[in-house]
Amino acid sequence: MSSSPSPLHLAVALDGAGWHPAAWREPVARPHDLLTAAYWTGLVTEAERGLLDFVTIEDGLGLQSSSFTGPDGRTDQVRGRLDAVLIASRVAPVTRHIGVVPTVVTTHTEPFHLSKAIATLDYVSSGRAGLRVQVSARQNEAAHFGRRTFPPLRIEDYDTPAAQELVTELFDEAADYVEVVRRLWDSWEDDAEIRDEATGRFIDRDRVHYIDFEGRNFRVKGPSITPRPPQGQPIVSALAHATVPYRLLARAADVGYVTPHDAGQARSVVEEIRAEQRAAGRGDETVHVFGDLVVFLDDDPGAARARRERLDVLAGRPYTSDARIFTGTPAELADLLQELGEAGLSGFRLRPAVAGHDLPAITRGLVPELQRRNAFRRAYEADTLRGLLGLARPANRYATTA
Amino acid sequence: MSKPLKQIHLAAHFPGVNNTTVWSDPEAGSHIEFSSFAHFARTAERARFDFLFLAEGLRLREQGGKIYDLDVVGRPDTFTVLAALAAVTEHLGLTGTINSTFNEPYEVARQFASLDHLSAGRAAWNVVTSWDAFTGENFRRGGFLPQEERYSRAKEFLSTANELFDSWRGDEIVADQETGTFLNDAKAGAFVHEGRHFDIEGQFNVPRSPQGRPVIFQAGDSEEGREFAASSADAIFSRYSTLKEGQAFYTDVKARLARYGRRPDQLLILPAATFVLGDTDAEAEEHAREVRRRQVSGATAIKHLEFVWNRDLSAYDPDGPLPDIDPDLGEHTVARGRAQVRMYRDPLATAREWRERAAANNWSIRDLVIETGSRQAFVGSPATVARTIDEFVQADASDGFILVPHITPGGLDSFADTVVPLLQERGVYRTEYEGTTLRDHLGLAHPDAGAHTDTEAHPGRVAS
Repeated sequence: MSSSPSPLHLAVALDGAGWHPAAWREPVARPHDLLTAAYWTGLVTEAERGLLDFVTIEDGLGLQSSSFTGPDGRTDQVRGRLDAVLIASRVAPVTRHIGVVPTVVTTHTEPFHLSKAIATLDYVSSGRAGLRVQVSARQNEAAHFGRRTFPPLRIEDYDTPAAQELVTELFDEAADYVEVVRRLWDSWEDDAEIRDEATGRFIDRDRVHYIDFEGRNFRVKGPSITPRPPQGQPIVSALAHATVPYRLLARAADVGYVTPHDAGQARSVVEEIRAEQRAAGRGDETVHVFGDLVVFLDDDPGAARARRERLDVLAGRPYTSDARIFTGTPAELADLLQELGEAGLSGFRLRPAVAGHDLPAITRGLVPELQRRNAFRRAYEADTLRGLLGLARPANRYATTA
Repeated sequence: MSKPLKQIHLAAHFPGVNNTTVWSDPEAGSHIEFSSFAHFARTAERARFDFLFLAEGLRLREQGGKIYDLDVVGRPDTFTVLAALAAVTEHLGLTGTINSTFNEPYEVARQFASLDHLSAGRAAWNVVTSWDAFTGENFRRGGFLPQEERYSRAKEFLSTANELFDSWRGDEIVADQETGTFLNDAKAGAFVHEGRHFDIEGQFNVPRSPQGRPVIFQAGDSEEGREFAASSADAIFSRYSTLKEGQAFYTDVKARLARYGRRPDQLLILPAATFVLGDTDAEAEEHAREVRRRQVSGATAIKHLEFVWNRDLSAYDPDGPLPDIDPDLGEHTVARGRAQVRMYRDPLATAREWRERAAANNWSIRDLVIETGSRQAFVGSPATVARTIDEFVQADASDGFILVPHITPGGLDSFADTVVPLLQERGVYRTEYEGTTLRDHLGLAHPDAGAHTDTEAHPGRVAS
């Protein structure tokens, strides 16, 4: 089914100094540079050197926190970040092949603004844009906007009916949000700009369309003010851990990030997503399911373990994650990725525990190892992110004049 | 005794959606592709301009219930383009128009603070207002804002954003790898704002940026606009007009600053201005006439008249006389999403004046629109244009100009190559950037955290 030009797809998730909360204390970390363009350019060009499909850039509408529910008041971890869409846009002109996928929050922001921002990111990157949608039920983030309120939601209450109702509502809203964004991307046909001197018309208005979206939470008239982006539809992605978010992947995404801890879990998650995809009428469409892994990578397996332990001591507690935490060598990680790949995952989004260490370990250690096994590309084989992911440029849903 | 020469500030407006861009010119390129923005920005930086300016539109314009198709249509997202331009320039300021009506302060403050970090201190915000339900149909809020509240919301939006910018002092990040202290203040970014339009609290998550706050621009000529600028802006866009009118505006706005405890040099006055150059003044005049004819087709002239008449005038001959019927004074339903519509506050008087002028000069509809609507500010040889610009600035009709070429993206090239060197020879324009931030270029102080110069410090003036 997959026409993917590459046996495995690889992305990295970039977040501050890395995913371990003490990552910033490593000598290689540059904690004073986290808010500079040079820092982000360095990371993304390193990822491109490793021929990775894309980078994601984490974001949020509140200060980072170790707590699921709100601010933690801690001063021993990285706090403060820049808008991910703007970071992506800042690095796009200084890279050529790698996809740039910022995180955006659908709960408080406007789909109209976001649609044109990602369309524009697609223009400034010549077809390498995507986005990763995220919902937020945090009370403190809602208070930053002052337009809606949420009941307290603790992680241990996640399975209660009230919490499930809220989560379902937020993900339904996210699905509407993605629908609006996608319709806006299609609201201009590719050849709407005609510059017809004979009639004096700059556009053919019959090839520009109102989207007339009406949903439970908002209505959007359209059309976009930005013409259809180079990829037609930039890549939509989301992280998912349970049925409700799996349904969002199945209905609305091109790439989903999931967090299985072994091949059996990977297989069952993929099956669940495929079933939801068929239920949503998208059974024939390619939806990549990527496994998320936190990685501590060193050529010497003892060194990776020792580094993880050292960071845990600095952090004051063992690091835990929603995703499996891998500690070992590039060869061991390659083994694991191939095993999970056989269970149905088409790619991986690796979360470097220490950005300055584990990202170069991915690009200079893991990637050559996978290439030796003929499991990863040796050169960029496409100019667009859709191309790298083996996805065709989609037809425009509104096109009548093709 | 003569006073010292004022230094001229110059900036460039990327031609967006308007009827002045001659899109049919063989030299005209894309108004969307990033290469166009990069070319334009590099030209402006080569010419040592203070900044590049992008306008905004949040809904495609309509006329007679259909999408308007005669002008350039479509534009990219302002923040995204500016962040990308930061990658291909080093000094140029990056100014974006961002609406205070269909946005939220927390998000916009995040975006500007992020842009300021990513450009190492070159971000600027042109704060504009909008209220119409037509634009609101693209947003969750819809058309919620009564027109008379737009400045009230804009003021509170800006003062709230300033509270967020100032919520970090700038020294909180210590990032001491030895001791493990990243922040020296757990409350960094804490804010509480309770007001008429915004009731928000929490922690701002972008630490203080290189300029502290973006440079603030305000566009608009109304009484409220002037007062808003005097209280809260670092620079004001005005419309180019005659030397005398420019001086009157300049004197009026600068005089308002004292009321807010500000000095005259804390607000720059920068009119937008078009230009046409030629080897000689006569050649430039000839070229300017051609450009005007190309900017205003017969169809464009009819549409322009509809802004005033608020009626379907498609049956009229653009080469014939003006309509003898009067404008429809009801709600404007013909042209929507048009700033120009609001320029004509007394359509009956405008229509009467236009008829009289057309009759007196034997002008057709198209002649009238060309004469009233699209005269270039500076027309002449490079020497003439350099001299005129210098005269305006030295005579306190402005502090400089925001130049709007009529060709995308190369319309600025000739100005950079021919006029700028002449201004430099006159000793009124920089030959190198002296600082790195936009505040440096504009001669503006970097604000201290917590030191508001906006309306918040003068609660008596806040309309709430």
